[in-house]
Amino acid sequence: MLKTHNTDNEPGGIISWFSSTLGQILISLFVPIVTFLVLWQGYLFLQRAQAPQIVQVIVAIIWGVGGVALLYVVANWLVLKLPKPWSSRLQPFVFVGPAIAIMGWFLAVPVFRSLIGSFRNRLGGGWAGLDNYIFAFTNPRMLETFRNNLLWMVFGTFFSVAFGLLIAVLADRSRAEVIYKSIIFTPYALSFVGAGVIWKFIYTYKGIGLNIQEIGLLNAIVTGLGGTPQPWLNITPWNNFFLIVIMIWLQTGYAMVILSSAIKGVPAELLEAARIDGASEVRAFFKITVPYIRGTIITVVTTIVIFSLKTFDIVRVMTGGNNGTNVIANEFYLQSFTYTHQGRASAIAIVLLVLVTPVIIYNLRQFNKERKGF
Amino acid sequence: MVFQLIIFKLAQFSVAIPLPLIFLFDLLFSLFELRCNISDFLNPRGMGRAFLNSLIVTIPATILPILFAAFAGYAFAWMDFRGRYLLFAILVGLQVVPLQMTLVPILRFYKELGLNGTFLGVWLFHTGFGMPYAIYLMRNFLGGLPKDLFESAYLDGASHWTAFTKLVIPLATPAIASLAIFQFLWVWNDLLVSLVFLGGTTPVMTYQISNMVTSLGAGWHLLTAAAFLSMLLPMIIFFSLQRFFVRGMLAGAVKG
Repeated sequence: MLKTHNTDNEPGGIISWFSSTLGQILISLFVPIVTFLVLWQGYLFLQRAQAPQIVQVIVAIIWGVGGVALLYVVANWLVLKLPKPWSSRLQPFVFVGPAIAIMGWFLAVPVFRSLIGSFRNRLGGGWAGLDNYIFAFTNPRMLETFRNNLLWMVFGTFFSVAFGLLIAVLADRSRAEVIYKSIIFTPYALSFVGAGVIWKFIYTYKGIGLNIQEIGLLNAIVTGLGGTPQPWLNITPWNNFFLIVIMIWLQTGYAMVILSSAIKGVPAELLEAARIDGASEVRAFFKITVPYIRGTIITVVTTIVIFSLKTFDIVRVMTGGNNGTNVIANEFYLQSFTYTHQGRASAIAIVLLVLVTPVIIYNLRQFNKERKGF
Repeated sequence: MVFQLIIFKLAQFSVAIPLPLIFLFDLLFSLFELRCNISDFLNPRGMGRAFLNSLIVTIPATILPILFAAFAGYAFAWMDFRGRYLLFAILVGLQVVPLQMTLVPILRFYKELGLNGTFLGVWLFHTGFGMPYAIYLMRNFLGGLPKDLFESAYLDGASHWTAFTKLVIPLATPAIASLAIFQFLWVWNDLLVSLVFLGGTTPVMTYQISNMVTSLGAGWHLLTAAAFLSMLLPMIIFFSLQRFFVRGMLAGAVKG
């Protein structure tokens, strides 16, 4: 009794350190577990309820969100009931505990499970050694996905950033800047599925035969100019580029907005001085604007590279990865859900993780250098 | 000079005009189609139900990560505890994990818990995945608030809880707004997560549309109407809250 009293006065003691760490861990676990139980009860309630759908929706939302908020209140109240040194040591973990627990559960644990799974065989029963990785790096299917992802990365990123930069510069000189930028940016807010539908209309091909009317926009243009309609999404390897165009259409708006705000930060005097010295607009752009916004360009490039490496939805909706358009993420999906080969799927996921990691680390570092906060 | 101006104008038009034209063309086209097919949405094929499902998935999956991230962001920015920098770095670093990687382990876990095909499962998954960005943003935003503000609040006897609810939440509204818009769009536009965890039993909008793309070879008129409906909500949000949208993007709210 006396001992615990003493440690309360000396927060540096070993026992105190140990028990406060234990307390931190317990709280980190306790809060999310109760959160989960609250959500679970709400869910059971909703399952049983025969109320109209609208009522169910509202109850679901209030229950889920309110339950979590209530939990923070209760946990905080409990911690504040403890003696002062304890509460001030434990309170931060009431605040961060749930976030740690959820991210650990959904992000950290799956990585370890995938890592173990990638050395297991098809159904995850026995060990397969390096077989899955040998598949991932030598199988022609996989080599095709690597090639395609490389195409996406190089061409997709280059054109997204180039168009974004061009539009940002041009819009900067236009009176209708906001309108141009809004229109170009709109695709970014659309789902990949929605974008897929729009582009299906552009690429669609009905085949050759009597009384067949082409309804695709691209084929309409081609036939209008006297050409023959083409099955655009079946022409290997060019179909990859037709898919990449969709990504460019989606990502240009993002690149444009970020680059545009950076261009606004280029000092006007610098550009003015260059013009007075006789530099052409193009030269001023490449020698002053581009070096000035270099950091931002790197951020945009890395962000779009990450996007292109993880690309999935566009391919899934447009071609399903057929006709030589497969990409890593889609192959993962196929292995995992169509061929149910968990070992290979895990190995592919690990490969993707390894590919993306350095780019993201670089991206985060660059972002921290660029700006703090808003 | 005049020549260059003309070149610029030409370039401007050649780049800026065709893209939106293509888009507007499709939009008008689908609007026209929508007129005669609106009744299709009420049939048991379930577009109306899918719209509702999308809403049920999206709203809590938007609010929950922001709630968690606001608390965590405050703790990382203004509370003193052991290992906070390390912990913050680890949490933000977790955004390297590709979404695809976690699907199978989580799916197995959900199977054990009976969470497969439930909204709760999807909410939690989206919450977990929205969090690294949300925490990163909230910490950066809250860390950028003036230090004097908090110090005087603590001096006046405010606890962390009071500071959080009375000071941080009102001040962080812009950050919360832009996070909310992004998270809403990610979840609303997501296909993969709802495909895996909800599937065909409780279909969401994107699931229905992607099914139509592959199976309804002849149902183009339905497809466009459905796609337009799914774009409607993001469009409204985007155009009405554009200010927050752009601001959030400048602060790095981009899902990898």
